[in-house]
Amino acid sequence: MLSGGVHSLMADRHIEPDSPELRARWGNFEWTAANAEQAKVIVGRYPEGRQRSAVMPLLDLAQRQVGAEENTQGWLPIPVMEYVAKYLDMPVIRVVEVATFYTMYNIAPIGRFHVQVCGTTPCMLRGSDDIMAACKGKGLKKGHTTADGLFTLTEVECMGNCASAPMVQINDDNYEDLTAADMERILDELAAGKQPKTGTQLPGRHTVEPAGALSNLTAMVDANHDYRGEW
Amino acid sequence: MALQDKDRIFTNVYGFQPWNLKAAQARGDWDNTKALMERGQDAIIEEIKASGLRGRGGAGFPTGMKWSFMPKESKDGRPSFLVINADESEPGSCKDREIIRHDPHKLIEGALVAGYAMRARAAYIYIRGEYIREAETLFAAVQEAYDAGLIGKNACGSGYDFDVFVHRGAGAYICGEETAMIESLEGKKGQPRLKPPFPAGAGLYGCPTTVNNVESIAVAPTILRRGASWFSSFGRDNNKGTKLFQISGHVNRPCVVEEEMSIPFSELIEKHCGGIRGGRDNLLAVIPGGSSVPLVPASEIWDAPMDFDGLKAVGSGLGTAAVIVMDKSTDIVRAIARLSYFYKHESCGQCTPCREGTGWMWRVMERLRTGDADVSEIDMLHNVTKQVEGHTICALGDAAAWPIQGLIKHFRPEIERRIAENVRPELSEAAE
Repeated sequence: MLSGGVHSLMADRHIEPDSPELRARWGNFEWTAANAEQAKVIVGRYPEGRQRSAVMPLLDLAQRQVGAEENTQGWLPIPVMEYVAKYLDMPVIRVVEVATFYTMYNIAPIGRFHVQVCGTTPCMLRGSDDIMAACKGKGLKKGHTTADGLFTLTEVECMGNCASAPMVQINDDNYEDLTAADMERILDELAAGKQPKTGTQLPGRHTVEPAGALSNLTAMVDANHDYRGEW
Repeated sequence: MALQDKDRIFTNVYGFQPWNLKAAQARGDWDNTKALMERGQDAIIEEIKASGLRGRGGAGFPTGMKWSFMPKESKDGRPSFLVINADESEPGSCKDREIIRHDPHKLIEGALVAGYAMRARAAYIYIRGEYIREAETLFAAVQEAYDAGLIGKNACGSGYDFDVFVHRGAGAYICGEETAMIESLEGKKGQPRLKPPFPAGAGLYGCPTTVNNVESIAVAPTILRRGASWFSSFGRDNNKGTKLFQISGHVNRPCVVEEEMSIPFSELIEKHCGGIRGGRDNLLAVIPGGSSVPLVPASEIWDAPMDFDGLKAVGSGLGTAAVIVMDKSTDIVRAIARLSYFYKHESCGQCTPCREGTGWMWRVMERLRTGDADVSEIDMLHNVTKQVEGHTICALGDAAAWPIQGLIKHFRPEIERRIAENVRPELSEAAE
């Protein structure tokens, strides 16, 4: 069937099964001292008795802690979800429900760098096929992690960078206005332990202004202009 | 006359200057906010009503009227909440990101004056999870505002206590729907609620709640400072004000730009985007308001005023003013099929017509893309879009249906051509 690739990708989103090995590795998970402090700050954002609201930020915190411990983007083993459930005094299944509903929670092991190429129409129109092909040319495969554990490739839905498309988000950073050559260079730099320049890759462009021919707000380029005098 | 820089609200939209409090104050933000609040809650709401501001998140509901639905006093002790929708995820939309990372103090000041006007105890800004660096900026800007006494206890010395909290999503388009957002804020799956009750009666934690888009809130302080008549001097009747347009796709210079409402499509593209790639004659079609609105063919969009009524008149909508431009190199069936995949991916699964229908529609769209279909299936697909549309709790079903309807309406000959030219090996073999 035509769409077999996409179907198998969707099917790839499954919870890593519980196992004695998983228990042995993550059964004693608890916040680091810094994250314990941060968890308190997070819970404090919500009214008394509504601490369950903190489940999303706490799952993110937990995923990041797992990532820091194993030098990956991070994911949520079942025992870690249980820890968050206990911390918030809520049923485990409600935590699992949230972790599986929202796509940014990784519910199976993931690589060091999560390469998320946007493939939705605005990026597609600007050449996201070439970006995906560049990733494949470097040995990445959609829905899989490279054998060295370095890169996991995912095609994601619109990331809201449409005026600087095509784009890829890799862990916490966006790389925009990409060419295939940019994509290859970025992967090479990451593999070599370097931090590539983030944001737009288009020479001379700052963010999302009309590149090379600023049509408005020119006074803002060199000074923090206050327009109130002209009102 | 085109909008002048002095009348642009988001003067740091490109981030040439710092976002921090000091720089924002030098540009005019947080300038005697106390005086704005001293006008009184009803006067603020009246001013916003008089400005003609309509919600910038897509639906276009009058903002001042929305605020007026909130209770003026709590009869049972329940607090009220303002929820700010920063879950910008509609394909093509990329304006709230620029406000948040380059002009966050406009949003935070707006949260205070809007929250005060609707008598809210706090604002929750729900920012999409993928805006990671943007959320870092927002958290830092909120902290700056607390440290300067602008929000929190006795905000701006007004005697009013008001908190602003940031809540990050985690990857779910559906959370842009206001009741799904409330569910998500409560720590659940983001599945829309049945209405009524409406959020103004029972929203976040069962309390009166108003959900507003980032841009709607962020323009409020400037409207109050410059007056309703200033804001309403831009745009046609019923379509007032300035607006952040986001132009993506096949223009020479894609960009985000604040312009006056009702600017003709041609002027927007020629003035800010360097024209259509390959020239005007190379334009095929435009999706003028984000992926949920039907496409408009080149001949009908060129002179259309970019506002609510002007785009409705050509069978589409302003939506979030996310303008997706497609030139003649575009595989138009694939462009729409890719959106069908998006809606299939993002359906929350709660309502059967959407859960099953989005997958069904996408699969048929994929076959139409390659021509592996029968001509009668075009009408069948159209019929299915009509069965999904209007039969779900929220508008995601409608949003999945409309792009397909627009495609069939304007590009049926192209779909039929693919079917006619497609040689299906299995059929030719069977015929032998």
